[in-house]
Amino acid sequence: MKMEKKMKTDIILAGVGGQGILSIAAVIGLAAVKETLFIKQSEIHGMSQQGGEVYSHLRLSDAPVHSDMIPLGEADLILAVEPLEGLRYLPYLKKEGWLISNTAPVKNIADYPDPERIYGEIRRRPHHLLLDAAALAREAGSAKAANMVMLGAASPFIQVKEDHLLEAIRALFSRKGEEVVETNIRAFRAGKEAAMKKR
Amino acid sequence: MEERMFLLGDEAVAQAALDAGVSGCYAYPGTPSTEILEYVRASAQAAEAGVVREWSANEKTAVEAALGMSYAGKRAMVCMKHVGLNVAADPFMNAAITGVNGGLLVVVADDPSMHSSQNEQDSRYYGHFAQIPVLEPASQQEAYDMVREGFDLSERFGVPVLVRLVTRLSHSRSAVVRRERLPQRPLKLPGDPKQFILLPSIARERYRRLLADRPLFVEEAHREEGYNQYLPAAESRTGVIATGLAYNYLRENFPGRLPFHLLKVSFYPLPVRMIEEMFGEVDEVIVLEEGYPYVEEQLLGIPPRRHPRIRGRLDGTLPRDGELNPWLVGKALGRNLPEPEEVPGVAVGRPPSFCPGCGHIDVYNALNEALEPYGPGRVFSDIGCYTMGALPPYNAINTCVDMGASITMAVGAADAGLVPSVAVIGDSTFTHSGMTGLLDAANKRSPVTLIISDNDATAMTGGQPPSGLGKIEQICLGLGVEKEHVRTIIPLRKYHEENVKVMKEEIAYKGVSVIVARRECIRLVAARKCNKK
Repeated sequence: MKMEKKMKTDIILAGVGGQGILSIAAVIGLAAVKETLFIKQSEIHGMSQQGGEVYSHLRLSDAPVHSDMIPLGEADLILAVEPLEGLRYLPYLKKEGWLISNTAPVKNIADYPDPERIYGEIRRRPHHLLLDAAALAREAGSAKAANMVMLGAASPFIQVKEDHLLEAIRALFSRKGEEVVETNIRAFRAGKEAAMKKR
Repeated sequence: MEERMFLLGDEAVAQAALDAGVSGCYAYPGTPSTEILEYVRASAQAAEAGVVREWSANEKTAVEAALGMSYAGKRAMVCMKHVGLNVAADPFMNAAITGVNGGLLVVVADDPSMHSSQNEQDSRYYGHFAQIPVLEPASQQEAYDMVREGFDLSERFGVPVLVRLVTRLSHSRSAVVRRERLPQRPLKLPGDPKQFILLPSIARERYRRLLADRPLFVEEAHREEGYNQYLPAAESRTGVIATGLAYNYLRENFPGRLPFHLLKVSFYPLPVRMIEEMFGEVDEVIVLEEGYPYVEEQLLGIPPRRHPRIRGRLDGTLPRDGELNPWLVGKALGRNLPEPEEVPGVAVGRPPSFCPGCGHIDVYNALNEALEPYGPGRVFSDIGCYTMGALPPYNAINTCVDMGASITMAVGAADAGLVPSVAVIGDSTFTHSGMTGLLDAANKRSPVTLIISDNDATAMTGGQPPSGLGKIEQICLGLGVEKEHVRTIIPLRKYHEENVKVMKEEIAYKGVSVIVARRECIRLVAARKCNKK
């Protein structure tokens, strides 16, 4: 069966409730709307309010997007703000897809595995990137900005212009004041720089 | 220029209702439907238009209020999760008999795969049961368009219309093109003053009218350029019937020209003539539908059809339960898709847990200690954050069934001789469906203790204001619980000993007692501090 030829980026955002997963989705969404791309972004919330798993399927394309969910084995990128959470969605990742993960674990469960075992699984992927987003976020001014560090690291893989991502960060955080905006932009840049060095 | 918005399926429903001139939106929060009324409540357009948009005590009161708004000639929408329609089934079923005056939409969000629900019931059966039209959008744009047109349909047919959503549509965002805004309807009494009086003599007449109108609904199902579309394919002996979101999964697998006959269904009752036409062309029909095999069962009949062969969730072509996804649909349609990779074993589950500092933790720590002498198996609980008391390390509750069942099940167990029995319920669930159960308990002086873990919020769904705020003790006294046995405690670690003592005293009491454990939801406290900054 012949598929339509199209440009598309299918991204799974993964993390734990409170890590700002949906803010990443909102920034990419706002940027994509500026470029008149077709977009669908689904998220599972509800019981996730209590520090459980949160994920979002984000689909960008220059042709209409049909399914709200990314088909298994077709994601181009998993962006994990928590390392264990990224592994959970590997069934969705293409063989040659990228797994970009924060190294900082959120250990709010009793049986949290040895992080080295998690990193080991991540390193088995042909295309992976591991970075300490928590440390980079603190350097940028706030540990809370780890999500924007991760977005920065993933930005070279996402088919939207960096200017539009930065504009969207400004739009999203402007309500919280200029300092918060600047911190998040520094975090984004630090993430991108770290990713470029490692690739 | 056309206005595009980037909306959740839930938000598209809300925006469409506002643009269609709705005068009242009613709901009780429940995942995945909550964002509909949240959106209306936050909307400047709704504020300016004076749209009524308060949370109701439960889904039944919400449907009844919406029916009252419709009686008065105005457009009304009521929203709930699938199990909420069980609570509202009485007014829902009877609203089909009374019919409407102003347009009335009942929007129900189903949760196949039970992401945050206790079952995965399919609301299309409720539409079938009530014999009213059902709309099932496949996209955010369809959700907008169908809600907008649903009000017209409701007024044209004179019956409520059910709109069925599912989690993956409710909680997914996409671009939606808006249409022009309509004004609200004026106040206007029903033309027939007896329409809403369901005395048997009138109800029989109304019911016959509903039955007589059914062919009109079936005609609507066949309307050209309508909600249901039949696309024959020249050289195929296979037909596919795709409803709601399953249509997207089909298109995901076959984005170009389809190699089989397609019937896309978004409106029920089913378009029987289109189905007959397809049956004449094919040897097999594959039914793709989210939820129960509702269409498939109708096609099979008894005995099962021999020709064409019907395939779907009942013959194992697709799983009998759980959500569909593009991969499952692709496999069902014969695509050679690779097996998905397995999740590495190291990725252990991360179940939801209480937020650090949550008052429910202190309630369960005290309750476990107070119940120690009596042994296990006597705590009946309910639906909310506190249901997580079932998880380790607390293992503090033994039941969670439906809204309000904690009290009544404790009463029944006590009737059977399980004394003492304890019920644990939240403040919002108590006013939703717990009060009548407490009245039963008080009337029969049941030896049960009710703990109302009161966090001043409907916390699980995001902290909506609860109906009983500041009234919980008064309600219990009003229902007949004795004054000395309505106790209030503060669930904080520093009061642990004191709280255990109160619980022990009341559990030992051989009549109805209520302990209100009140401390505001820690998340709401944090959110308020954050907003002040």
